Amino acid sequence: MHEIGLIQTVMDEVSRVAEANGIERVTKVRLVVGRMNGAIPDALEFAFSVLSPETIFEGARLEIESVPVRLRCPHCGAESEGEKLAYFCPECGGRAELVAGQELYIDYFEGDDGKEDAGEGRDGAEDSARERAGGP
Amino acid sequence: MPVKVVMAQKILRANEQVARENRERLQHLPTVNLISSPGAGKTTLLEKTIQALRGELAIGVVEGDIYTTRDAERIAGQGAAVVQVNTAGLCHLDANMVGRALDQLDLDSLDLLFIENVGNLVCPAEFDLGEDYKVALLSVAEGGDKPEKYPLVFRESHAVVINKSDLLPYTDFDMNKVQEEIRTLKPEILIFVTSAATGEGLEAWCAWLREIVRHKRFVTG
Ligand SMILES: Nc1nc2c(ncn2[C@@H]2O[C@H](COP(=O)(O)OP(=O)(O)OP(=O)(O)O)[C@@H](O)[C@H]2O)c(=O)[nH]1
Ligand SMILES: [Mg+2]
Ligand SMILES: [Zn+2]
Repeated sequence: MHEIGLIQTVMDEVSRVAEANGIERVTKVRLVVGRMNGAIPDALEFAFSVLSPETIFEGARLEIESVPVRLRCPHCGAESEGEKLAYFCPECGGRAELVAGQELYIDYFEGDDGKEDAGEGRDGAEDSARERAGGP
Repeated sequence: MPVKVVMAQKILRANEQVARENRERLQHLPTVNLISSPGAGKTTLLEKTIQALRGELAIGVVEGDIYTTRDAERIAGQGAAVVQVNTAGLCHLDANMVGRALDQLDLDSLDLLFIENVGNLVCPAEFDLGEDYKVALLSVAEGGDKPEKYPLVFRESHAVVINKSDLLPYTDFDMNKVQEEIRTLKPEILIFVTSAATGEGLEAWCAWLREIVRHKRFVTG
């Protein structure tokens, strides 16, 4: 498997966007990984722990959302979820489409831009985080 | 102060970009990305295919191999144009490696291009190389549970080759059940049963290759 390479790519891409946003330290990275994808969350976490020291990711948390396989039947509209990938609708036997489970993307990251808070009196990273779009 | 930056960006975005560039370069050349476990018979099938289509189709091969040049030498021995790509330990080919290999081929002189991926049923399924068709190869010697264990590669493939049919009498491979399972994953998939050792089933496989060559000529002129 190539989880090391995937995490290296994640770090490169996040570093680029962090720099463009004046962020000096990354505290959290969130990935979304479908279960149909070969990338294994444990191996991704291991790769992150190996690659992050002495980078802007040092001490950061890697959060991985693991998305189950979900099928949707275009004939009867039924949705089904499972670990196994089958192509037929359990309700009507029609051919179902994969609607989730193949994801592999960076959702967002959090960091610190080293500036003082403008003093709006917020606390808690989640609430006070200024949300920005990092571009496509 | 804390900042949250939403990226919503595919991790393999860079690969997809290069794959698009490869596809552009290959717009007149039908390209098959051959994927299997180690030893299922990719190189042997290619050798036999090159022999069978000699004088009819000019075939080029991009040979992915982790460390050696053995497979490339076998292909060169058949007189086909071949470029070796060593992945230096990496478990799959990516679009960049294939792009560099294309630099070394005279694409205009070819009718059909194969990419032999690194022997692995998991990772190659996730990397678009710019090919027209992924073909999964499965040998009867490796057991009939592969479609269930590695569904993604079968789902992503246009065709499956079930190879080493000459070994059927010596294995517990249930041909009907395996084909049924593959079709559960992808009903419209094409299935070829071959023995690259005896030549059995190669005619149907070669007929399909001729058809994809004709098809691309018709589509792109
Ligand atoms: N009996 C039998 N043996 C075969 C057949 N096809 C290939 N082999 C043998 O299987 C072994 C592996 O074949 P290769 O063609 O090297 O397999 P490969 O998929 O290219 O292997 P890697 O590139 O290492 O992943 C060789 O010893 C071949 O002679 C077949 O149809 N029947
Ligand atoms: Mg080989
Ligand atoms: Zn249905």
